[in-house]
Amino acid sequence: MNFAELYRRLDESNKTGEKLSSLVDYFGQASDDDAAWAVFFLTGRRLPQPAPNKILRSWATEEAKIPDWLFEETYAWVGDLAETMSCILPTSTSSEEISLSDWVDRIRRLRGMDESDQRVALNALFAQTDERDRFPMMKLITGAMRVGVSQGLVVRALAKVSGLSNETIAHRLMGDWEPSADAYSRWIDPDTADADLSQPYPFALANPVEGDVAALGDANAFLAEWKWDGIRSQLIRRSGTTYLWSRGEERLDGKYPEIEASAADLSHDCVLDGEILGWKEDQPLPFAELQRRIGRKTIGKKLLLEVPVRFVAFDLLELDGVDWRSRSQQERRAKLEEVLGTEQGTFRISEQIHATSWSQLALLRETARERKAEGLMLKQIDSPYRVGRVRGHWWKWKIEPYTIDAVLIYAQRGHGRRAALYTDFTFALWDNGVLVPFAKAYSGLTDQELTEVDRFVRANTQEKFGPVRSVTPHIVMELAFENIQLSNRHKSGVAVRFPRIVRWRHDKTINDADRLEDLKRMISPR
Amino acid sequence: MQVTTPEMEPTPFRRDLLRLEPAGLYCPAGDFFVDPWRPVDTAILTHGHSDHARFGSKRYFAEASSESILRSRLGKEIDLAPKEYGERWKLGNAWVSLHPAGHLLGSAQIRIEVAGRVAVVSGDYKRQPDPTCVPFEVVPCDLFVTESTFGLPVFRWPSPESVFDSIHRWWRENQAAGRTSLLMAYALGKSQRLLAGLDASIGPICLHGAVHGPTQLYRNQGVSLPETFTVSEAAKDFDWSRCLVLAVPSAQGTPWLRRFGEVSTAMASGWMAIRGTRRRRAVDRGFVMSDHVDWPSLLQTVKETSATTVWVTHGFSNVVARYLREHGLSPGNTLDASPLETQFQGDAEDSEEISSSPEDETGS
Repeated sequence: MNFAELYRRLDESNKTGEKLSSLVDYFGQASDDDAAWAVFFLTGRRLPQPAPNKILRSWATEEAKIPDWLFEETYAWVGDLAETMSCILPTSTSSEEISLSDWVDRIRRLRGMDESDQRVALNALFAQTDERDRFPMMKLITGAMRVGVSQGLVVRALAKVSGLSNETIAHRLMGDWEPSADAYSRWIDPDTADADLSQPYPFALANPVEGDVAALGDANAFLAEWKWDGIRSQLIRRSGTTYLWSRGEERLDGKYPEIEASAADLSHDCVLDGEILGWKEDQPLPFAELQRRIGRKTIGKKLLLEVPVRFVAFDLLELDGVDWRSRSQQERRAKLEEVLGTEQGTFRISEQIHATSWSQLALLRETARERKAEGLMLKQIDSPYRVGRVRGHWWKWKIEPYTIDAVLIYAQRGHGRRAALYTDFTFALWDNGVLVPFAKAYSGLTDQELTEVDRFVRANTQEKFGPVRSVTPHIVMELAFENIQLSNRHKSGVAVRFPRIVRWRHDKTINDADRLEDLKRMISPR
Repeated sequence: MQVTTPEMEPTPFRRDLLRLEPAGLYCPAGDFFVDPWRPVDTAILTHGHSDHARFGSKRYFAEASSESILRSRLGKEIDLAPKEYGERWKLGNAWVSLHPAGHLLGSAQIRIEVAGRVAVVSGDYKRQPDPTCVPFEVVPCDLFVTESTFGLPVFRWPSPESVFDSIHRWWRENQAAGRTSLLMAYALGKSQRLLAGLDASIGPICLHGAVHGPTQLYRNQGVSLPETFTVSEAAKDFDWSRCLVLAVPSAQGTPWLRRFGEVSTAMASGWMAIRGTRRRRAVDRGFVMSDHVDWPSLLQTVKETSATTVWVTHGFSNVVARYLREHGLSPGNTLDASPLETQFQGDAEDSEEISSSPEDETGS
C-alpha cells in the first residue's frame, strides 16, 4: 500500500476501527522514511509552501487550457484548491511508483526555483502521476491533509505497530522533529531514554459538563479552579533553558519575554501546565487584548506595556527531571504551591476555589463573568495527569453563553464537505430600523437544516458579490457566544467571541429579532 | 418556486421557433411545450424523470419505449401518443421528431423545424456507452438547448469499465469481510444501467422496492438485465453478506437496512467525483457514474451540432454559457450562448441524480 492508497482508505472510511487498521497496515510495511513522513502529514504538519498558491493556480489553469475566471468559478464550487487542480490537469497515462519520501524530496526542491523552473518541475511531477494518486500528492503541495485522522489515532496505530503504550508514543511525537528514518525508529524503539530537553508532554484536556453537574459524584472529590480564556501552554525549564509551548504544539519562545525572564529565576527545573493571560491591575484582560500579541513576531515596547502577561500555573508535570504525571492531582497541586509560592515574578498559581457542595460551586460559577473567567474547571483530586481528553478526570463547567436572536442576511459557500452548499452565514441585528451585520456563524445546524437554508438562499438571493450572496431578510436564528466587547473594527461597534447557531427560530419573524442595543447592554462594565 | 426571466433574453429572431414562457419551453409555430412544468394543452416529453415529465397536461408525445415509464409515473389514463426515434410529424407549422439522448430508456432530444430553422432540445443526455438505451445521436441544428448539470471542467467521467471494476472489487472485498454491499443510485435509469453492467456471477443481487418497479418496466421493454430478487422473496436465514443490494439514496440510515447486518455503503453518481459532496453523503465508497454529459462531452456535443445559438439550462448554466460565448469552440467562430433559467433541477446537489422523487420512496 502506498501513501496515496492509505490516504484514499482513510478518506473513504467513516469508521475509526477501519482507519486504525489501515494505518497499522501502512506503517507495518512502509519504509521508515515513508512512515515518518506519513506521521508528519497525518498529524497536521505541513511543508513550508513549496510554491505560492498564485503560481500553482496559474500553472494549473494554463495546463488545463481554461480561462482564469473559469478556474475561479470551479474552485469556488469545489472548495479545495488541491482537488480543483488535480481534477482539471490533463490526464496522464503513465503511473510510476514513487515513494512518499521521494515525492517530498521533489516537492521540496520546488522551493527556491524560479517560476519557469517550477512549472517544468510540476509538469514532470504530475506527468508521472495518475488520477488516483494525484489528489493526495497535490495536498502535500498546498498544505494540510485534513483526512479525518486525529493525532490520537496515529498514536494508537504506532503503539500497535511498536507494542508500546499510547502515552509513550504520544510523548515522543510531541515537539519539534524532522521526519526521517531515524526519527521513526526512535518513536517505535522499545528502549530509548528520551533525551530531547525541549520536548513537552501531551496536554491533558477537559470534557464539558453536560446536564446535571451532581452526576459527577461528590463535589469534595474535585478540585475547582477558574477556567481562564487565554493561551493554554506548557512551560519547560530544563538545565537552565526555558521552552514555552502552546497546546497546538507551537513554540512560543520569544513571544512572551517577561515570562521567560521570570522562568530564569525559578529555583527548580520543572514543567508547568498553565494559561498565558493578558493581565492588568490584578485582573485578566479580555482575550481580544491578548490576541494583539499572538500574531506578532516581535513584541514592541508599547505592546509590552499595554498588554502585559502572566503565566497562571495550575499543574506540575515534572520536577528536577522526575516525571510527576502519574501522581495524584492533589499531590501535584501541593508540590506546585511549594515550588512556586503564590506569586513569583510573572507567575501566578491558579486560585483554588474552596467549596464543599455543588450548590456552593454553582453560585460561585455565576460570578465567573465578573472575574473575567469562562466558568469553572473541575479536576478529580486523585487523578493522574492524563494524555488527551480522557473522560472523568477533568471537566470544564462553563457559564451559560450569551444568546441573541439575529437575522440571516448574507450567505457564502462553505469549504470541504460543505463546499456545495451555502453554509457560512452573516447575521444582523436591528439598529434604528436597519439590519446591521455583527457576527458570522458556521456551526450548529443539522445537515438537513443546512440543505433547507441552502435552498432558501438560492431562491431568495438579492445580489451576488463574488462568492457572497445577500438574501432577503427572513430567517431568524438564535446565536450563542462566549464574550462580547466594544470594537471599533466592526461596523456594529461590537465584537462577539465564538458565535455559533443554537437553533433556527422558525417561530420568529425578522421583526422579533433583537436590537443592537440589546447586545450592547450585555457588555459587562469594567 | 417562481419562474424568473432569463438573465439574457434569447435571440429574438427565433422566438417563433422556441421561447421561454411561464409554463416552460414553448414552440409558438407548433403550439406545444417541451417538458412543461405547468399543465398545458400539448407537451412533448424528453424523458420520464420527474423534473421533466409532470402531471396534468391534456396531451403528451414521447418516445415509444418510454411509454410504460411515463404511464407508471403520470397515470395509466394520460393521453400519450408514442413516437419512434426519427419519425417526423407535424404540429401546426412545425415539423417535430425525436432522437436518442442516451440518458435512459426512451430518452429523447426534441428536434423542431420551422421554416427551415432547426432547434434541438436535448433534455438530459450523455455520450458514454450505456447498454440499457440507444446511444446519443448528434442532430445538426441552429439552436441547441443543452443541460449543464455537470458543466465545470472538474467533471470528467472515468470509463464505465473502470468504474465497474471498482464496484466489483468493492463487492468482493465486502464478501470477504462478511459485509453486505449496499449500492445506492437513482431508481430510474441509473439503477438499470448499473444492473446491466454488474457481474452477477459474483453474488446475488437484491433490489429495493423502489428500484424493482422501474427495473421490471425495463425488462418488459426487452432490456436484458441479470436476475434479481426483492427482500420479501428472501428466505429468513438468507446470508446477506454475499449480496449486493441496489437501493435508492433515501434508504440510507433507515431501519430497512437493519436486516442486512453489517453493510458497506456506496453511491453511484456524478457528484461522487468531488470529495466534498462525497463526504456529505457519508457513504463508504463513491463511484463516479453519471447519466449526464461531462465537461469535455458537453463542449464536443455543442461543436458537433454546429449550432450558432446555444441556450444553457439547468446546472452551471451561467458558467457554460459564458465559456461558450467567450471561447467559441473553434478559433474565429463565435457562438451566441445564454443561460436559461428553467425549473429543471441540476444546480442543487440533491437533484434528480441522487435523490429520489416522492413516489419512489415507498420501498419496503
